[in-house]
Amino acid sequence: MKIGGFRIPMAASLIVWAVLWEVVGQTGASLIIPPLSAILARMFEIVPTPSFGAALLITGKAFLLGNAISIGVGVPLGILLGRSTIADRMILPWVTMFLSAPLSALVPVIMVIFGLGQTTIVMTVVMFAVWIIVLDTRAGVQGIAPSLVEMAQSFGASRWQAFTRIYFFAALPEILSGIRLGLIRAVKGVIIGQLLVSIVGFGSLFEIYLSRFLMEHFWALLFILFALAFAINEILVWLERKVEYYASSRH
Amino acid sequence: MMAKPKPAIQTPPPAIVQVKSVSKTYPGGVEALRDVSLDFRQGQLTTLLGPSGCGKTTLLKIVAGLIPASGGEVVVDGKAVTGPGPERAIVFQDFALMPWATVLRNVAFGLELRGTPRAEREAVAEKYIGEVGLKGFENRYPHELSGGMRQRVGLARALAVQAKVLLMDEPFSAVDEQTRRKFQEDLLQLVAIERKTFIFVTHSIEEAVYVSDRIVLLHPRPGRISSIVEPDIPRDGDPEKIRRNTTYIDTVEAIWQGLKQYLD
Ligand SMILES: Nc1ncnc2c1ncn2[C@@H]1O[C@H](COP(=O)(O)OP(=O)(O)OP(=O)(O)O)[C@@H](O)[C@H]1O
Ligand SMILES: [Mg+2]
Repeated sequence: MKIGGFRIPMAASLIVWAVLWEVVGQTGASLIIPPLSAILARMFEIVPTPSFGAALLITGKAFLLGNAISIGVGVPLGILLGRSTIADRMILPWVTMFLSAPLSALVPVIMVIFGLGQTTIVMTVVMFAVWIIVLDTRAGVQGIAPSLVEMAQSFGASRWQAFTRIYFFAALPEILSGIRLGLIRAVKGVIIGQLLVSIVGFGSLFEIYLSRFLMEHFWALLFILFALAFAINEILVWLERKVEYYASSRH
Repeated sequence: MMAKPKPAIQTPPPAIVQVKSVSKTYPGGVEALRDVSLDFRQGQLTTLLGPSGCGKTTLLKIVAGLIPASGGEVVVDGKAVTGPGPERAIVFQDFALMPWATVLRNVAFGLELRGTPRAEREAVAEKYIGEVGLKGFENRYPHELSGGMRQRVGLARALAVQAKVLLMDEPFSAVDEQTRRKFQEDLLQLVAIERKTFIFVTHSIEEAVYVSDRIVLLHPRPGRISSIVEPDIPRDGDPEKIRRNTTYIDTVEAIWQGLKQYLD
């Protein structure tokens, strides 16, 4: 962007919006839009509270466990789909269906099965995260140069050796981008799960803030979650860049 | 045909690879090879030459044990081929290096898969890395190397498993012309030193005549042997001399005349 011959960095547009928000907030025109400065102040106030710490801990646990399951299931399944036509025919339709399905609608079903606790949250995270990991891993494995597979075979690689030493690494760039997208979806999953169960973690905090109409607290918490999601994304992007050259094993 | 008969005192070396009436029809109906019988002699470099689609790669992969023949059999070192085996190693056209592994690990990879202890396999790998002229590059990654250097890594990897038979499918076609010539010269040396059996595939008539003890010419659709040429060119001495040798030039010309008819 250029204004009056000066290059303006993209982030500058954020400042414009922030100022706009502050002005609207200061006029007190809308109850649901408090001034940005007040929200920022709340952020620093909320973070050290025990209720926030507890929510972060329980949410973090569900998030990490859910993602660990998603990766542990999704990556091997994706490799299988990428290598086996039969498995691909059988399972791929389900994967694509779940990938585009309105998953929030399924959370009540999970709730019925797993009850109103942490297990439901974890399963919701898995439900949100796992499919994209399967799909990206599969794409990565399918993109491997045939000669690399033949090379391993010609040296007598067992199926297991081929999976762990060739397919996994050759597909690593795609696997990581699948994990990154999975993590972003998992943030959605964990919050939606907690909101619907509404007695756990950030879900209960949101519930409290909204029922007491604490809009500053509400926005502050939302911003913190945005920031966390953004940080997770950036870390994974950085990791992906580090293994980008693996993809030169493509045909 | 156009080659001079070899002196009678030289008994031909034994056939280490025997292809016995091999045919191959791919699923889908493409008949890639029909009734091909061929011996590859120990210590020699035999080239498969012919127009695109005549089944060179198919034959090489059957010998490698990567794909099954539809009929006939391949015998390597007295045993029928049922899959890949330690007495055969492949040098790939696109190098087939693992981009995430160093030169050292790439070269040692065949031994790694066989469970050779690390110190031992790395010592072997280092020896062959030196042999192909890559000393000092052990800890580099493939993307840090030129195409020619990458193929040297591929070659070292094939040598490191100490296979008796080296299978090379157009190994020099992905490198530039200067590097290619250097490779051809190095290959001649390698054949002389290593005393291995080489099965070599190329599109280039000049390359075939330059490096080969025997050239097997293949017909396309379906792939069959049309003739076998044994260029009788002295390989010792100045490698540049070979390219000016009249037998070399005549053989190239004769093969070209023979292959011309298949061009559309
Ligand atoms: N996997 C496959 N499935 C079906 N047909 C195939 C397959 N691989 C090769 N073919 C066909 O078999 C024939 C021989 O192929 P092959 O690759 O062996 O030829 P080639 O001599 O190596 O050709 P080139 O010089 O182009 O490398 C061709 O008609 C090709 O289209
Ligand atoms: Mg070919």
